[in-house]
Amino acid sequence: MNEHWTLFKRNLRDFWKAFHRNKLGLLGGFLVLTAIIVAVCAPLLTPYQPTEIIRDENGRGLTFAPPSVHKPLGTDDAGRDIWTQLIYGARISLSVGFLAGFIAMFVGSLFGILAGYFGGHLDNLLMRITDILLVIPDLPLMLVLVATVRQLDLGISPLVVLTAVIGLLYWTSTARLIRSQVLTIKERQFVDRARAIGAGHFHIIRKHILPQIMPLIVANTVLVLSIAILIESGLAFLGLGDPTRPSWGAMLNFAFDRSAVTNGAWWFYLPPGLAIVWVSLGCVLLGNVLEEMLNPRLMAHHLEGGQSMIAVSGKGSE
Amino acid sequence: MNRRDYLLRKLGMSLVTILVVFVINFMLFRVLPGDPVRSVIGRNVRISPEVQQALREQFGLDKSVFPDQLFDTFGQWARGNLGYSWSLRRPVSEVLMSKLWNTVLLIGLGQILAIIFGVFLGLLAGWKRKTPVDVAALTFSLVAWAIPTFWLGIILLAVGSTWFGLPTAGIVSPENTGKPLHTVLPDLTRHLFLPTLTLTILYLGEYMLIMRSSILEVLSEDYILTAKAKGLSNWQVLWRHALRNAMLPIVTLIALNLGFTVSGAIYIETVFSYDGLGKLFQTALIKQDYPLLQGAFILLAVSVIIANMAADLLYVVLDPRVKES
Repeated sequence: MNEHWTLFKRNLRDFWKAFHRNKLGLLGGFLVLTAIIVAVCAPLLTPYQPTEIIRDENGRGLTFAPPSVHKPLGTDDAGRDIWTQLIYGARISLSVGFLAGFIAMFVGSLFGILAGYFGGHLDNLLMRITDILLVIPDLPLMLVLVATVRQLDLGISPLVVLTAVIGLLYWTSTARLIRSQVLTIKERQFVDRARAIGAGHFHIIRKHILPQIMPLIVANTVLVLSIAILIESGLAFLGLGDPTRPSWGAMLNFAFDRSAVTNGAWWFYLPPGLAIVWVSLGCVLLGNVLEEMLNPRLMAHHLEGGQSMIAVSGKGSE
Repeated sequence: MNRRDYLLRKLGMSLVTILVVFVINFMLFRVLPGDPVRSVIGRNVRISPEVQQALREQFGLDKSVFPDQLFDTFGQWARGNLGYSWSLRRPVSEVLMSKLWNTVLLIGLGQILAIIFGVFLGLLAGWKRKTPVDVAALTFSLVAWAIPTFWLGIILLAVGSTWFGLPTAGIVSPENTGKPLHTVLPDLTRHLFLPTLTLTILYLGEYMLIMRSSILEVLSEDYILTAKAKGLSNWQVLWRHALRNAMLPIVTLIALNLGFTVSGAIYIETVFSYDGLGKLFQTALIKQDYPLLQGAFILLAVSVIIANMAADLLYVVLDPRVKES
C-alpha cells in the first residue's frame, strides 16, 4: 500500500476517536443504521406480506383498522398491514435513494476531479453546465423527464427511471465542492514532485489526489443521500413511483389519494413520513458532522459558528 | 472584469440557460413515440386523415426537424404560443395565465413571511449565540430541512381541518367562486392559511441559517467594534450597522430559493388542492397532457431564470464591492 493510503488509514483512526465523542454524529449514524437493518431484515419482522389483505372472521378485509397488537400500525384502505408495507417500503426508498445518491456522487466527483485537475476549456465547460443546471428548477425538470421516459414505454422499471433521473441531476454541488478542493491540492508540492519524476495524470489523480479528497467525498455523499431520499419520496408522492413496489413516498401517495386524512387514519399517513424524516435527518446529522470534521474549508468557518452544509448544498427540490 | 462585463456575462448566461430549457423541451417532445400530432390532441381522439394532414401542416411537421421545426417552435414559444391543452381543450398559455396569479399570491405570501420571521429569528440566534435560543433555532432549521414538503402539508391539513375547522381544498368556498377576490377576503384568508403556513415553515429555516451566519460574520468586523466603542447600545449597533450589511446574502438567497419555491408550490398545491400552476402541473402529469406539461415547465423555468438574473443585477446595485465575479 502506498504511503498516502497509510496516511488515510491513520486519519481514519483519529477520525473515529473524534467522531464517537460527537453526539449528533452518533445519533445520525444510529438513525441511518437502524433503517438499513430494518430494511434488510424486513421478512423477519412481520408475519404478513406487503400485499396481503388481512381479513376478519367473516372473510371481509379489515379496512382502515386502527393499530392493535397483531397489526401494530393498523391497516390501509384495502386491509393491508401498514407496518409490513413500511418495512418493505424501506427497501425501495433506501435502495433508490442510496443508488441515486451514489450515482450523483460518482458523476460529481468525476467531473469535479477532471475540471479541477485539467482546468482550461474542460473546466470552463463543466462549470457552465453546472451553472445552467443550478438555475433550472429541478422538480419540474425531473417531472417532465420522468413523464417522457415513461411515455416511451421502454419497459424500464419506474424505480430505475427515478434512480437515474435523480442521480444524473444532483451531481452539480458535489462537482463544485470537489473541484475547488482539487484546485488547491494540485498546487501542493508533492504533486509537483510526482510530476517531476515523470508520473502520469492518471497516477497522480489516483495516488495523490484521490486519497486527499476521499474524506470530503464520503461526507458529501452522505448529504447527497438525504437529498436523494427526500426527492424520491416527493416524486413517488406525485405518482411517479412503482405502485406494485411502493416506497414510503408511494405509500403517502396512496394514503392521500384514498383520503386517509378525511377518514382520520393517522396510522396510514404518519408512519411513512416519519420514516422519511428518520432517514433524511440521520443522513444530514451524519453528513454535517463528517463535513465539519473533514472539510478543511469549513474548519475555520466552523470555529466561528458558521453556516452548515445545508445552506451550501441546497435542498434541491424539497 | 468591470461591472458592465459582469452584467453582460450574467445576461448571456441567462439567455443560454433559457435556450437550453427550450432545447430540452423540444427534444423531449420529439422523442415521444408515434405521431407528434397525436401527443398534442390526445391518443383517443378520432380525426380524419385530412384534418390530421392539416394539423401536420399547421404544426410545421411536414418540414425538416432541423432547422425549420426547431426555429419555428422556438419562435412560437418566444411569442408565448405554447400549444393546445387537449385535456382542458384550451390554449396552454391561456390556462397558465389563469392560474399564474393564484400561485404568485401563495408563494409570494409564503416567501415574505418566511423572510420576515427568518431574518428576525436568525438575527436573534446569531446575537444570542450558543444560548438555548440559538440551539432551538438550529434544531428547528435542521428538522424543517429533513421533512418532506408534502408530508408537512398533509399533517397541517389533518390538524387544521379536524381541530380548527379550516377548509381542506381550494382558494375560496364553492359559493364564493367567481366573485372578485377582495370581496371574499375572510374566506380567502381561511383557505390560504394552511398552505401559506406550510411554505413559511419550510423556507423559514434556510433564511434563518443564512441570516445567522451572516450576522456572525458582520459582528466580527472592525466597524462593529468601533460602533460599540462609540458607546452605542446593542440595539443601535444591531439595527444601524449590522443588519444592513448582513442582509446582502438574503437577496441572493431569495432568487436562488425561487427554484425550490416552485417545487414547494407543486407539492403544496397538490396537497391542498389549490388552484394554481403547481396543481396544474401535477394534473398535466397524471393526465399525460404533454403540451400543458411542457408549457408549464417553460413558464416556471423561464421565470426562475429571469428572477435569478434580477437578483444578480440587484446584488451589483446593493453591494458596490462586487466588481468581479
